[in-house]
Amino acid sequence: MTLDTLYQVNTPEGISLRLSPAGPVVRMLAWTIDILIRLGINAVFFTALAFFGKTGLGIALILSFLLEWFYPVYFELYKKGQTPGKKMFNLYVSMEDASPISPGASIIRNLLRFVDFLPFLYGFGFISMLLTKRFQRLGDLVAGTVVLHKSLNYPTIEEDKTKAISPPVALNLNEQQALIRFQQRIPYLTAERAEELAQIATPLLLKNSNENSIENKQASSRLLGIANWIMGAKH
Amino acid sequence: MSSVRQSQFIEKNTALWDSFENWLDYQDLSFWKKRSKKNKIEAPEEIDLPKVYRQICHHFALANSRMYNPVLVDKLNKLVVRGHHKLYSSRTNFIGNIMKYFAVDFPRLVRQEWKIVSIAAALFYVPFIAIIIAIQFFPDLIYSVMDGSMVNNLEDMYEPERNQRFGRERESDTDLYMFGYYIKHNIGIDFKMFAGGLLFGVGAIFFLVFNGIFLGAAFGHMTHIGYIDSFWGFVVGHGAFELNAMVLSGAAGLKLAEALIRPGRKTRGRALIDNGKIAVLIMYGVVVMSVIAAFLEAFWSSTVMPVMIKYVAGAILWSVVGMYFYFLGRTSRASIHS
Repeated sequence: MTLDTLYQVNTPEGISLRLSPAGPVVRMLAWTIDILIRLGINAVFFTALAFFGKTGLGIALILSFLLEWFYPVYFELYKKGQTPGKKMFNLYVSMEDASPISPGASIIRNLLRFVDFLPFLYGFGFISMLLTKRFQRLGDLVAGTVVLHKSLNYPTIEEDKTKAISPPVALNLNEQQALIRFQQRIPYLTAERAEELAQIATPLLLKNSNENSIENKQASSRLLGIANWIMGAKH
Repeated sequence: MSSVRQSQFIEKNTALWDSFENWLDYQDLSFWKKRSKKNKIEAPEEIDLPKVYRQICHHFALANSRMYNPVLVDKLNKLVVRGHHKLYSSRTNFIGNIMKYFAVDFPRLVRQEWKIVSIAAALFYVPFIAIIIAIQFFPDLIYSVMDGSMVNNLEDMYEPERNQRFGRERESDTDLYMFGYYIKHNIGIDFKMFAGGLLFGVGAIFFLVFNGIFLGAAFGHMTHIGYIDSFWGFVVGHGAFELNAMVLSGAAGLKLAEALIRPGRKTRGRALIDNGKIAVLIMYGVVVMSVIAAFLEAFWSSTVMPVMIKYVAGAILWSVVGMYFYFLGRTSRASIHS
């Protein structure tokens, strides 16, 4: 069992996509950015159009109406599910099955924002997000949408120059995985910490089964060699 | 370990993944960037999207089951999610859909949902008419709905002599201002009414009954004090659209409430999604009706002309709305939503 909030969607191609819904805090931050942008635009509208008297004011009212209800709809439909605030925090809105948000769903979730906002500052929306597995506010539930983290670019897999070493004992899949993950994490660890971790894998550090001494200092590079061997590097 | 080792797997397929990623990146560029002459981005080779996508899905599944490097699996997962988005995005005939919506789908949907529309209409029109009649017999009732200054404002706005003095109910440059005001205010109320339906209908019912009482009081009071031509002449035209749009947005809100109160054989979550799709279709129509109402209210209702013309126009507008919902979309057979 995993503790994280990932969920999987099965596609017609018979594979499952892994998606990670965004929680209340990061969404609140994104919303704060958006509300500031909207207030800014509103201020510009009203000051600029105030020069044209009542007519200008009428146009400003229409624009502020559009901004109030359809600002998120525009970005969700035409900017790949990301309002500027969401873009800043690498979030995007999508349908529950990971397909792009449909116009109807976008309008539903943004009109229902009014209910989520009740009784004050997204009270109902917050409660709903805490009670649902995918952090959906009420508007999301009705529209069938979800706010997801956009996966960031991972570091490229670098060729490791360490010579491949065949493991002295047979390893099962989990053990092989652990070694590969260790290899992946090495760039983010200090040399000392890498060495310390590597020392845990005692049986792998023995050259052959009847030798007892553990080679110091080279433990991590030896594990790297074994990981390379597992990944298919040649001897 | 599997027969194909990870490094061989990567070596063999990287070219395909890269070309797919390039193609996706290019597709994501905006129309203008694709065309810009300054730094023209070369269009990558065309790919057979379904085929390549299926292949990469296959790679992803293999990488998963062979427990390849998590970074590689993540990379493939990301490619698959992007491909999924591209393949399953819908391209629709936007203009055609809008025409069909107003010619067929919207009136038919309102007829299909006649029960819930009738409930919403009753919630608004019954208190509305009841208060109009009640005020003719108990004029002081107006003061339990509005305070004195509001009543004075109202009387001032529709005082019959005002028109003779100015020749027009207000200056023409304020028409557009009022249009903006009506849009922001009235459609905002419609949206809130719809959203309020999600609170087990309480919000929608509250707004419907409240507006029924409030507007009924205003109508009743103006009738009672004899400002009949100036007031009814003003409201009768746009009322056909404004009041009925309000009723329909209440009905859309009640449709959401229905999913919570009476989900039938579905789960409440499923029922909400299904009813939400119907409700939002009604809301599209509501928006257009409200914009028409705001337009009429700002530019037509405010002009001064013999009151008979206004009554005739009002009668025509009401019957147009009635006939629209009664007759349109009856010819073709298929139902919109089962």
